[in-house]
Amino acid sequence: MYTQALDIHGKDPAASAEAGSQGARFQTRIDQEEKIEPKDWMPEAYRQTLIRQISQHAHSEIVGMLPEGNWISRAPTLKRKAVLIAKVQDEGGHGMYLYSAAETLGMSRAQMLEQLLSGAAKYSSIFNYPTLTWADIGAIGWLVDGAAIMNQIPICRCSYGPYARAMVRICKEESFHQRQGFEIMLTLTQGTHEQRAMAQDALNRWWWPSLMMFGPSDAESKHSAQSMRWKIKRFSNDELRQKFIDITVPQAHFLGLTIPDDELHWDEATQHYRVGSIDWSEFQAVLKGNGPCNRERLEARQRAHDAGRWVREAAAAHAARSRRDTAAQVAGEAA
Amino acid sequence: MSEADWPLFEVFIRSRSGLEHKHVGSVHAADARMAIEHARDVYTRRQEGVSLWVVRSADIVASDPEEADALFEPARDKVYRHPTFYAIPEEVKNL
Repeated sequence: MYTQALDIHGKDPAASAEAGSQGARFQTRIDQEEKIEPKDWMPEAYRQTLIRQISQHAHSEIVGMLPEGNWISRAPTLKRKAVLIAKVQDEGGHGMYLYSAAETLGMSRAQMLEQLLSGAAKYSSIFNYPTLTWADIGAIGWLVDGAAIMNQIPICRCSYGPYARAMVRICKEESFHQRQGFEIMLTLTQGTHEQRAMAQDALNRWWWPSLMMFGPSDAESKHSAQSMRWKIKRFSNDELRQKFIDITVPQAHFLGLTIPDDELHWDEATQHYRVGSIDWSEFQAVLKGNGPCNRERLEARQRAHDAGRWVREAAAAHAARSRRDTAAQVAGEAA
Repeated sequence: MSEADWPLFEVFIRSRSGLEHKHVGSVHAADARMAIEHARDVYTRRQEGVSLWVVRSADIVASDPEEADALFEPARDKVYRHPTFYAIPEEVKNL
């Protein structure tokens, strides 16, 4: 579903970027829009920045299955249920593409999983909000996947080949996610008074967290410049947020819904919608682990991991026995 | 403590018959049979393929990017290997 520009770097990557001719040659390749592949030389800071970003992105896809999975058993029709299962399955697949891309940089899948479960790794703040009604499934597809697409399309041109290729695959699949969400909202807004109220309530709760998905404002985003030089990032957080606002506000109007922002207005001079100020203290709190569902999400992941342990062990034992049987057979034929 | 990962397999898909298998990514699996099943779930949810190959990543031998020049540079000045190298008069047809 998506990466968030969290900018949580261990240290300033620019400061540790290797100087010298190798570093300069690397930057020249990037400037010429050459793709960097796993076995190519790369500055350690480039590698670490990508590992962090891609693994966070993968974790977001995996945790992102939980709020929507919550409604699979209660989807209103068989069609909606089949669609939601397919969407949640896609999110799991997206997580797998991304873990696979991150592994090419030298971090193991087990290490990444451990970082997620221990809370050491971050994932997108949006998935720490609860899905209280069916309309939330519509709002997530429309807004959360919409914001995700806005964020992800530029990453298809990321300088790191495996990440860019994973992103192309993901973006192709993501479009259905957003459209099915909008269709749920459309159906609700054309329904009864209660259904319209439910859609409005979902928009009220998901609007601001969706805007926060683009990460801190440019002024606060201190590592953006380096990521742009490395062409990991192509647009600033605020630029992407503005694009999202400009395309989403008219969609809300079409649905006959009200964006929960008294200060929202069309600015004729700049030809953009202007929004009120974002409550960044909420964003920081959710990121630090104090959102409405942070604990619940990690507990659910841990439970799934623990419950699946016997399956993993059985599969490993079966594979080991098959190998032994094959080896014995080969030895027998040779004798 | 983390469990050890299952071995990594690279996944190749033939998108339709008549085309070659193409690398698409990788999956972890306990054995080859499971790798095929995982590859099916992860990489072919939208009929992306009619055939799958999986091969243990550890079994792939790759050329070293540092040696790319030594390997591929010798072909660079052999333009006479391409048909456009040869000047043929306009009036000669079917050549």
